[in-house]
Amino acid sequence: MPRIFAYLTHRNGVLDDSAAELAAAAKKIDPNSSPTAVVVGSGPQLDTVCAEIQKIYVEVWKISNPALSYPNAELIRKALVKVVPSGAITLVAHDHLGIDLAPGLSIKLNAGYVSDVVAVEGLQANSLKLVRQEFGGVVSTHVRCEISSGAVITIRPGSFKAAADLSSPGAVLDKSAEVGGLSAGRRYLETVVAETSDVDITKHAVLVSVGRGIQEKDNIAIAEELADALGAAVSCSRPVVDAKWLRKSRQVGSSGKTVKPKVYLACGISGAFQHLAGIKGNPFIIAINKNPKAPIFQVADIGIVDDILEFLPELTNKVQELRGVAAK
Amino acid sequence: MEILVCVKRVPDTSENEIELNEAGNDVESDDLVYSINEPDNYAVEEALQIVSRAGGTVSVATVGTEEDEEVLRRQMAMGATHGILLTDPQFDGSDGRGRASILKACVQKGNYDLVLTGVQAEDGAAQVGGMLAAMLDYPFASLVTSIEVLGDRKLKITREIEGGNKEVSEIDLPCVLSIQTGINEPRYVGMKGIRAVQSIPIPAYGASDLGLSSGETGAADAKVTRLDYFVPALGKGARILRGSREENAQEVAELVAAKGGLR
Repeated sequence: MPRIFAYLTHRNGVLDDSAAELAAAAKKIDPNSSPTAVVVGSGPQLDTVCAEIQKIYVEVWKISNPALSYPNAELIRKALVKVVPSGAITLVAHDHLGIDLAPGLSIKLNAGYVSDVVAVEGLQANSLKLVRQEFGGVVSTHVRCEISSGAVITIRPGSFKAAADLSSPGAVLDKSAEVGGLSAGRRYLETVVAETSDVDITKHAVLVSVGRGIQEKDNIAIAEELADALGAAVSCSRPVVDAKWLRKSRQVGSSGKTVKPKVYLACGISGAFQHLAGIKGNPFIIAINKNPKAPIFQVADIGIVDDILEFLPELTNKVQELRGVAAK
Repeated sequence: MEILVCVKRVPDTSENEIELNEAGNDVESDDLVYSINEPDNYAVEEALQIVSRAGGTVSVATVGTEEDEEVLRRQMAMGATHGILLTDPQFDGSDGRGRASILKACVQKGNYDLVLTGVQAEDGAAQVGGMLAAMLDYPFASLVTSIEVLGDRKLKITREIEGGNKEVSEIDLPCVLSIQTGINEPRYVGMKGIRAVQSIPIPAYGASDLGLSSGETGAADAKVTRLDYFVPALGKGARILRGSREENAQEVAELVAAKGGLR
């Protein structure tokens, strides 16, 4: 049975939520496994994080190195390659850092690579059967990964229910000496914090969120009219920002804002996981989409299969009527 | 600056509804409309903008069959100078590592300063760029949202990180970057533009041209194999309203009001 490792991330001394999810994924791969956590960083923050990890993992490998004080994927890869034994299964969260790190790590470890895994079917002899999605979540696939030379697997955040804390804390092993000096062809300069704008979509109880189905910039007005009638704000999914129809500050998703509205109207949004990752607090989701197979209908409470360009103006009328009644 | 952009021809999800076939184990391929993978189109546009400022040429390469030539033509119509088709029966069934090996051989055949890919293709794996960079021992950055050419064989790049924040780095050339959508506004390509490049020859390189031995590509050497496609049994899913448009709108308005949405 291959040994399982989980590369864990943290920011500002706070362990990422994916830590306990990777532990759960390891248990799905092998119920008898006792995965080893690997964490890199420097200074007292790293020790704070290690104390958190000990609650979840029996063994924690700590790599302290001033070069790793900022998470640079190339440096992390070089550190991991020095400590992770060949033939191991290494789990990494499929987030902005994982996408940067894991494909190259699999090459340097000469391991198989499967990304963005949403479920584990199990281990059979020398292969691992996993589930992932294609076409933005419209279809799923079973994937077989041959693991005789190990595997690197990225796990979609939120796909595994966090593992429970251990009854007694795990042990921390300092692996820093095995890593030594590190340098990279890419050097971190600074972080530019997201722009803020007149409208803060994170503060609204109701969001009218538009996706590719809005079709063109001029049609944003249709969503604005509905939002005005509702006293809501207009947010959007990535393609709308890519097309420059709305500003980045209106984007909901893993690379945009995390919102916690009471009601979320997903209008012409397919429902890719990167978008859904930005919707928290279990809002009442109403999805309007022309495509009855859009993944958004799997997570919505109410679905309407219709063209938003036709439906939204009708809804605006009905909301205004309702307001008129209420005002009398 | 000599730039190679790795592109892929994929089913166009804005033109097709992706559905399973009757057997329920593969994507229905009849009537599928294919086009350039959208992030790759941004990557080509970015390459063209870089050479318009810094000089140089843009080449586009794809791993596939003769059918995939059409996306190379399309990107040449945008302004790419060279198209390269990487094709060999031995390549069939390659996994991400296999495709990266083929592209690595293609990169080594040329003299490129910069290699670009789109952030991901229809399979959402986002893997080939990072693998290619590791194979070449080039620096790599994913999810890139801006590129500025500095002197001294360096670029200043930003990449997307969580919460809409951006990470700014300096990266040495040669390097591999995976380009995020929205980095630019890709130029329009009309039929006229495609006709204008129709007669430009596109070289096709096979395994022997690329010096690839068996054992690096193809289904037999893939560590990762897709077994099937399926549509998962849903959770509860949405309650679909089946009234007229007006009835549905009325119901939604009332639901929003009931949830405290009318303020």
